[in-house]
Amino acid sequence: MSDLEGFRQDIRAWLAANCPPEMREPVRDEADVCWGGRNFSFKNAAQKAWLEACVAKGYTVPDWPVAYGGAGMTPAQAKIWREECARIGARPPLSSFGIWMLGPALLKFGTEEQKVHYLGQIARGEIRWCQGYSEPGSGSDLVSLQTYGETVSDPVSGDHWVVNGQKIWTSYADKADWIFCLVRTDKTNKYQGISFLLFDMTTPGVTTRPIKLISGNSPFCETFFDNVKVPRHQIVGEVNRGWDVAKYLLGHEREMISGAGGGDRLSAIGAVVARNGLDDPLLRADLAMFDVDALAFAAMSEKFLDEAKVGRAHPAQPNMMKYAGTELNKRRHELLMAAGGATALEWESERTSGGTPARSWLRTKANSIEGGTSEVMLNVIAKRILDLPGA
Amino acid sequence: MPLYHTDDQAMLADTVTGFMADEGAIKQQLRHFRDANCQDGFGHALWKQFAEMGLTGMLAAESDGGLGMGHVEAGIVLREIGRNLTPSPFLTTSVMGVTALSGGSDDLRGRWLPGVIAGESVLAVAIDEGPRHRPESIALRAERAGNGFRLQGRKTFVVQGASADAIVVAARTSGGDSDRDGVTLFAVPRDADGIAHENVRLVDSAMASTVTFDNVVLDGDCVIGDVDGGRALLDKVLAAGRVGAAAELTGVGQGAFALTTGYLKTRKQFGKLIGEFQALQHRAAQLYAELEIADAAVIKAQQLLDGGSEKAELMTSVAKAKAAMACNLAVREGVQMHGGVGMTDEYDIGLYMKRDRSLAEFMGDRYYHAERVARLSGY
Repeated sequence: MSDLEGFRQDIRAWLAANCPPEMREPVRDEADVCWGGRNFSFKNAAQKAWLEACVAKGYTVPDWPVAYGGAGMTPAQAKIWREECARIGARPPLSSFGIWMLGPALLKFGTEEQKVHYLGQIARGEIRWCQGYSEPGSGSDLVSLQTYGETVSDPVSGDHWVVNGQKIWTSYADKADWIFCLVRTDKTNKYQGISFLLFDMTTPGVTTRPIKLISGNSPFCETFFDNVKVPRHQIVGEVNRGWDVAKYLLGHEREMISGAGGGDRLSAIGAVVARNGLDDPLLRADLAMFDVDALAFAAMSEKFLDEAKVGRAHPAQPNMMKYAGTELNKRRHELLMAAGGATALEWESERTSGGTPARSWLRTKANSIEGGTSEVMLNVIAKRILDLPGA
Repeated sequence: MPLYHTDDQAMLADTVTGFMADEGAIKQQLRHFRDANCQDGFGHALWKQFAEMGLTGMLAAESDGGLGMGHVEAGIVLREIGRNLTPSPFLTTSVMGVTALSGGSDDLRGRWLPGVIAGESVLAVAIDEGPRHRPESIALRAERAGNGFRLQGRKTFVVQGASADAIVVAARTSGGDSDRDGVTLFAVPRDADGIAHENVRLVDSAMASTVTFDNVVLDGDCVIGDVDGGRALLDKVLAAGRVGAAAELTGVGQGAFALTTGYLKTRKQFGKLIGEFQALQHRAAQLYAELEIADAAVIKAQQLLDGGSEKAELMTSVAKAKAAMACNLAVREGVQMHGGVGMTDEYDIGLYMKRDRSLAEFMGDRYYHAERVARLSGY
C-alpha cells in the first residue's frame, strides 16, 4: 500500500470515528454553520464536538503548517482529506474569514510571531474575523478609501494609530471578534498610503449597524470607528504598503469565488421548471436557450478548474469566470421567478419556505456587484487579457 | 479527462495552425477560388496537401489506412479551417463521410477510403430536403429494384455535392417520412445515371447543390450498413457533422475576434485609439467570455463523443448552439467595430460574417439545437 493509500485509510477511519452523524447532513440554515469565535453559540453538542475533534488534529486548516495550527498536509493529502469528507458528506468544521482571507495574507506577509499567534487562533476557531474594506465613498475605487489612522507616538502606553472613519458591507461585523481593516495612514500618497491593520472589535469606539437588503436580512453591516486606538504592532506587512496585501487577497478571493460553487449554481433549469408544468412555448424557448448557456458554462467551469490545476489558466481568467457566472445566475433567477408565476411573489409563506424564490432572486442581483462589479471584471479582461490600449 | 489538449493534440494544433496560416490563407484560398468562379468550391491542390499531412484519413481506422483519431483531433483541423475561412471538403469528407463509411462493409470502405485518404476523392453528404434541417423526416425514396435500389427524390444544401466523387445519401427504404426506422444510407457514385445538380454559390462563396435523384438505379453494394437500419449510423454522421461544424465555428469566431481587437488597437479617431473607448473594451471583453465558453462546450462535446458517452448527444447540441451564438456575436460585433471599412469586400471581416451564416445553417441552427436540448432534458 502506497503512502497516500495508507493516508486515505487513516483519514477514513478517523472520520468514521470522529465525525458525528449530525455533521454528515447537509447545511440547512445559518445555525448549521460553525463560525467559531468568542461569542459563538453552538447549535448542538455534535457541532461543538466536531469542531473540537478537528481542531485537535489541525483539520480546520489541513494544509497550513503544524506550527500555525494546521495539519501540514501536502496538496495531495489535502485532496484526499476533501474527498474523504465529501464521501461521507462531512460538513466543514469551521467557516471563517480568518481561514479564507486573513490566513493567506498572514502566510504571505506576516511575521513569524504573527503567524503563530493569529493563525493559531484562527485554526482553533477562537477568534472570528470580519473584513473592513469598502466605504460608502470607496467601492469599486477601493484605493480611494478615507478611513484614517493618525500616527501617535506614546512612550507610556505604546505607539499606536487613532482610527476614524467608516466601513460598509462588513459581513458579520456585529458578530466578529477582530477585524482586518484597510486604513489610510498617509494622506499624501494614494497607493502607498494604506496600511492593513488588525484590531479587536471590542476596542472602545467601534460600533456596528446591520444593513437590511432588498432581499431581507443580511450579514452585512456598517462599521464606525470613533477614535479607535490600534497598537503599532497590529499590522500585516509594512506601514503604508497595505494595498499590496489587499491586492493579493482580492486576487485570491476572486479565484475562490470562481472556483467554488459548482453543482447547483451551474445547472440547467428547464427540466426542474417543467416538473411543475410548462405550457408556455415562449417561456420554454427562453429556458432552452438558457440551458444551452448554462450547460456550456458548466463545461467552462470544468475547463477552468482543469487548467488552473496545472497552471495553464490565464491569471486574469477568474475575472471572466466571475463575470459570466454571475450574469448567468441572475438570468437563472429571472427565469425561475417567471416560471414560478404569482406563487413566486410570496414573501413569507410556508410553501415558498419563507419567500425563498423571491429573496434569492433579489439577493442574486448583488452577485454582479460584490467582489468586484461586472463592469470592473470587463475592465480587467480588457486590460490584462486583451491588452487593449489605455485600459 | 481534463478539458484541454493532450501533448500530442497540442503538437498537432501547432503543426496545423502554421500549415493553415501558410497554405490555407484567405487570399490564397477563399478569395482566389471565389474570384476565379471555381465551381468545385475548394482547391484541389490544398486537398492533396491535406493528404500529405495525413489529415484526410484522420478518422478512418488504422486498419483502413487511416490514423484512428477522434473528434478532438478533427476539431483541431476544423478550427484552423474556420480561422482561415478555408474552403475545404474536410468536414463533409474526412469527418462525416468517413464516419458514414465506418458503418459500411469492408468492400465499400475499400472502394472509397483509399481515394479519400490519398487526397484524390471527396465525399458529400445529402440529408436535408428543405430549407431547414429536419433529419427526423426523410422522404427521398429508395425502392427495391432487382438486386439493388432505385432512388427518387431531392436533397438540398449538399455542400460541394456537384464536385463530390460520391455522395452519402440518407434515403427511406420503408415506412412513413417521419419514421425513425426505415432509413438507409447509400454511397452514390457521381456518375450514377439520373442525378442532376443545381449547383449554387452561397453567400459565403461555398458551392452547394440541390440534388435531384430521378430513378437513380444503384447496386445493392452501394448500401452502407443495413437496409432499414440506417438511422443509428445517420445519427453518428449527424453528431460528427454538428460537433465538427461547432469546431469550425469556434475558429471563425476567433478569427473575427482577432481581426477586431487588432483593429481596436490600430484605428484612431478623436485623437485616440478606438480601443481606449470603454464601451468597446467592454463589448470586446464580453465577446471574449462568450468565445471562451463556446470553446469549452466544444471540447467537452468532442471528448464525450470520442468516449462514446451517453451524455454526448446533449452536449453536441449544446456545442453547436453555443458555438453558433458566440461566433455570430463575434462577426456582428466585428463588422460593427470596424466601422465603414467593415462593410468593404477589401477587408476580411465581412467574409467571416458570411461564413458564420452558412455554418449556422449546417446540420441544425441554434433554434434546432436549443429545441433538442429541451427535448433531451425532458421538456
